[in-house]
Amino acid sequence: MIYYIINWILSILIIVVPMLIAVAYFTLAERKVLASIQRRRGPAVVGIWGLLQPLADGLKLLVKESIFPSSANTFIFILAPIITFLLSLLGWAVVPLGETAVLSDLNIGLLYIFAVSSLGVYGIITSGWSSNSKYAFLGALRSAAQMVSYEVSIGLIIISVLLCAGSLNLSKIVIAQESIWYIIPLFPIFGLFFVSALAETNRAPFDLPEAEAELVAGYFVEYSAMGFALFFLGEYTNILMMCALCSILFLGGWLPPFAFIPFTLIPGPIWFGLKVALMAFAFIWVRGAYPRYRYDQLMRLGWKVFLPLSLAWVLLVAGILVGFDWYPMY
Amino acid sequence: MNIEALLFYIFSSIAVVSAIMVISSRNPVHSVLFLVLVFCNSAGLLILLETEFLAMLFLVVYVGAIAVLFLFVVMMLNVRITELNESVLRYLPIGGLILIIFLFEILSVINGDLVPFFSSNLFFFENDNFILNESLNTVFWTNQINPTTNIEALGEVLYTYYVYCFIVASLVLLVSMIGAILLTMRKRTNVRKQEIFDQVYGNINNNVRYVS
Repeated sequence: MIYYIINWILSILIIVVPMLIAVAYFTLAERKVLASIQRRRGPAVVGIWGLLQPLADGLKLLVKESIFPSSANTFIFILAPIITFLLSLLGWAVVPLGETAVLSDLNIGLLYIFAVSSLGVYGIITSGWSSNSKYAFLGALRSAAQMVSYEVSIGLIIISVLLCAGSLNLSKIVIAQESIWYIIPLFPIFGLFFVSALAETNRAPFDLPEAEAELVAGYFVEYSAMGFALFFLGEYTNILMMCALCSILFLGGWLPPFAFIPFTLIPGPIWFGLKVALMAFAFIWVRGAYPRYRYDQLMRLGWKVFLPLSLAWVLLVAGILVGFDWYPMY
Repeated sequence: MNIEALLFYIFSSIAVVSAIMVISSRNPVHSVLFLVLVFCNSAGLLILLETEFLAMLFLVVYVGAIAVLFLFVVMMLNVRITELNESVLRYLPIGGLILIIFLFEILSVINGDLVPFFSSNLFFFENDNFILNESLNTVFWTNQINPTTNIEALGEVLYTYYVYCFIVASLVLLVSMIGAILLTMRKRTNVRKQEIFDQVYGNINNNVRYVS
């Protein structure tokens, strides 16, 4: 019994600890890439090439004083960042890092990830409400509306991918791409998914919730120290989650790009990591390249462009699969 | 006590306690958050029943969509903390009636068999009469069972036996959606709107003109 419990905790830690390190270095990568886009050097003081900068930032946030607004609803105020952080880590339980490297091989893995990411709204909306501040509340409302509306199109895109794969199991979806990655036959909805993922994770050019010019920082204005750190970690974990989902659904997960010898020698998890890093770079690149959308444009894009387009694409994919008798049998 | 019974007691007791808190907490936002807790625990109960697809749908639909809209409305209305002392017993007669009906339903369900029996063992055994062909001690029972996931089993029933119910349910949803759209359709005058279609399809000849 005690052996099982230790085994269980260790297997969870094996997922969570590298995840946190990845998030820390993703923040460094973001600052470095943005700096080189803007022809600066970026963080270069702490450690060689600034490699210890995320650790220094984490330590700074850890030892700062936690400030609780006197009119805040204290219990929900404390609970909100914890919920955000926890939910962002939960999704990683079903992500297949390699052919056999998956913590829990659910047969509804995709739906699980979708459910967990739809729960992520709660951390944001409760934080905005409980801090009892107008900026935080407006930021939370914007953010929640944005996440809810882009979740619809993400759901439809996921449906059209799983029609091709014939399974909700993430490992089976990757295995179904052995002959061809889905980015090639389904390229238009890959673009759609990428833009929806940008909006879902509140990234630029859709970072309306934290529009600095209007709302100071969005839903976490009132948070300091650990609360802020948890929101920050949760947000970046969500971004990496979306990158991982993108590379599983469209870029073939752990599969090498070509199934012959110099590529197949490299183990699967490294390919997966490379693909996630590529997508993460694209996220940062978009942030460096595009100006921010206006809020009504954002909502118009979500409801009047992406939703009909992805719905039509689901019908198209289903029609092609039925018409040519191509649907997968499991 | 095995771990499933323990989980069942944990989930159901939290669900019952937070259901009571939904109606007794003074702050409406707290009520909605307790409602979310009830939904999450019910999803846990569904997972214990091994209907994981339904559990995930429950989370996506009820918690991820409906309760969020509740929370939106309750937050935006700016309801002050309500006075609970007006009259607790005011709704007792109608509530008691509903309670009695509900209890009666539950008691009548306990012994009833709600799951319809399909004569063809569609999802379970691959061939029906294998027992006649082979003697029992050479049967590999694990090979005889056709493993289907939740979704396959649900889909095979939903799109064949209950297809009319399915279409009618979707029509009901469509009608309610159209009703909601109709309620908010209100042409407002002198509102400046961006016509993206005109902007994209305009050309330089009719968009640029001399002023005065």
